[in-house]
Amino acid sequence: MSVSPSAVTRATRPASVLLAALAVIAALSARTSLAEQPGPDANLPTVEGGGVTLHSVSVDLPDGDRTFAGGQAADPINNNCLACHSAGMILTQPRLSEVEWRAIVDKMRHTYKAPVATEDAPAIVDYLATMNFGK
Amino acid sequence: MNVFESSLPTRRRFLGGVGMLGATAAAFPASAGGLVDLGLPGGPSRRDLTTAFPQKGQMILQRTRPALLETPFEVFDRGVFTPNEQFFVRWHWSVIPQRIDVAAFRVTVRGHVNNTLSLSMVDLLAMPRVELAAVNQCSGNSRGFFQPRVPGGQWANGAMGNARWTGVRLREVLDRAGVKPGAVAVRFDGLDQPVVDGAPDFIKSVGIDHARDGELMLAFQMNGEQLPLLNGFPLRLVVPGWYSTYWVKMLNDIEVLAAPDENFWMKTAYRIPDNPRADVRPGESGVKTVPINRMVPRSFFTNVTNGTVVSSGANIAIRGIAFGGDCGVSQVEVSADGGRNWQKSDLGRDEGTYSFRQWSARVATPNAGKFVLQVRCTNTKGAVQPAAPNWNGGGYMRNVIESVELTAA
Repeated sequence: MSVSPSAVTRATRPASVLLAALAVIAALSARTSLAEQPGPDANLPTVEGGGVTLHSVSVDLPDGDRTFAGGQAADPINNNCLACHSAGMILTQPRLSEVEWRAIVDKMRHTYKAPVATEDAPAIVDYLATMNFGK
Repeated sequence: MNVFESSLPTRRRFLGGVGMLGATAAAFPASAGGLVDLGLPGGPSRRDLTTAFPQKGQMILQRTRPALLETPFEVFDRGVFTPNEQFFVRWHWSVIPQRIDVAAFRVTVRGHVNNTLSLSMVDLLAMPRVELAAVNQCSGNSRGFFQPRVPGGQWANGAMGNARWTGVRLREVLDRAGVKPGAVAVRFDGLDQPVVDGAPDFIKSVGIDHARDGELMLAFQMNGEQLPLLNGFPLRLVVPGWYSTYWVKMLNDIEVLAAPDENFWMKTAYRIPDNPRADVRPGESGVKTVPINRMVPRSFFTNVTNGTVVSSGANIAIRGIAFGGDCGVSQVEVSADGGRNWQKSDLGRDEGTYSFRQWSARVATPNAGKFVLQVRCTNTKGAVQPAAPNWNGGGYMRNVIESVELTAA
């Protein structure tokens, strides 16, 4: 399942960057069925040599459909942070301080080029620092 | 009873082997779907078990996209090699090709070389072939147990696996291209890419002498089968004895460098404090770092876990796996008295320097009550696991002596 375009297309980030990211995600999740694990694809070639045969492969990698709870308070994190990775990245983190979360959000933006508008960053940090991740 | 082989499901064998009254196997999950509790201090500790990933059986779900899948720990009790369908998975970026035409695939060798090469899988299959058993372990395996906790992939101990890797020597490929004098390093890139333009593509490098040492290989099979796509089909780098960050998956580009590698994934990421245990005080600053490199010895219990109930006043069969890190296993010992006394275990078949090694021991259990067992590995260079865990901000290189608390009843 892919990230819903309507939930993430907001005016607060460079639309072209996010649309490009969404196009990639959509292309990668074009097939909806996860019931099959196709593995080797009969329509693509195999190669052989020295007693080994390698079969071309075609698979469907799951996207992850979890979003963050909290209604409007979760909008900044849902709209900005799921373009590159699913929610599990965040939901499995230990309890971290606001300072630690701010450093992580800064790293996401500056090192990993997350398209997070400057005005959204404080709300994201606040959400992360106060979120109860459960057991 | 042969402790090293079994075709029975783990739970049943494990009950029979130690004569237990009823396992409470707190950390080992039920065999179908559901949740597992990894026992991470402070949590969150519960993870879904998933079978949703192609070419993969049941895995512990750390993250869906891009996949972080941990091996359920009972898998390590079933044999010394980790089955491909339950081998752990770790990707950095989520633009991962889902369709690979193995006939069209090429790996380029370029840079400070005499000849640029574009090798097909057929070319590689025709080259002299080598096979090597080696442990592939994530740099951050066991990060979830760090105290104080650190951010990153919150693995328990299952971000590791052992396989027989089949392929060609990297040296062979480099020699075909002809490495020019002045080459200092070789850098590796795979087919995966960042989602956003300008983000650092995941690339890693090793020194030129290391690259040409004859042990690094380009692998096209693991455990006698082609690589699952999620483990790097059709080709990945194998760097025996070094952490998995170097084992670039879907390897399609090999660049020989004439200057040190300044890329983010070497210069900033995956760096450890420059001391033998990669150990600093939490909050310590101004620490010199180096790129993470060699693995260190580790050992684990695989047929018992915290909460296992065993017969009291009995001699029970305990077993597990160990590895030497960047060399072989010299010995594995078990202690039942908090590390004051250690008894030598029996070691299983030596599958090679860099492989898992199975170990087993018979341990006398006390009368009713809880008791703790510890296991430690000494490698062939004489390095032994420490009694106290290391700490660093990246959550890397954990190798503290492992303990299990059992209940004699």
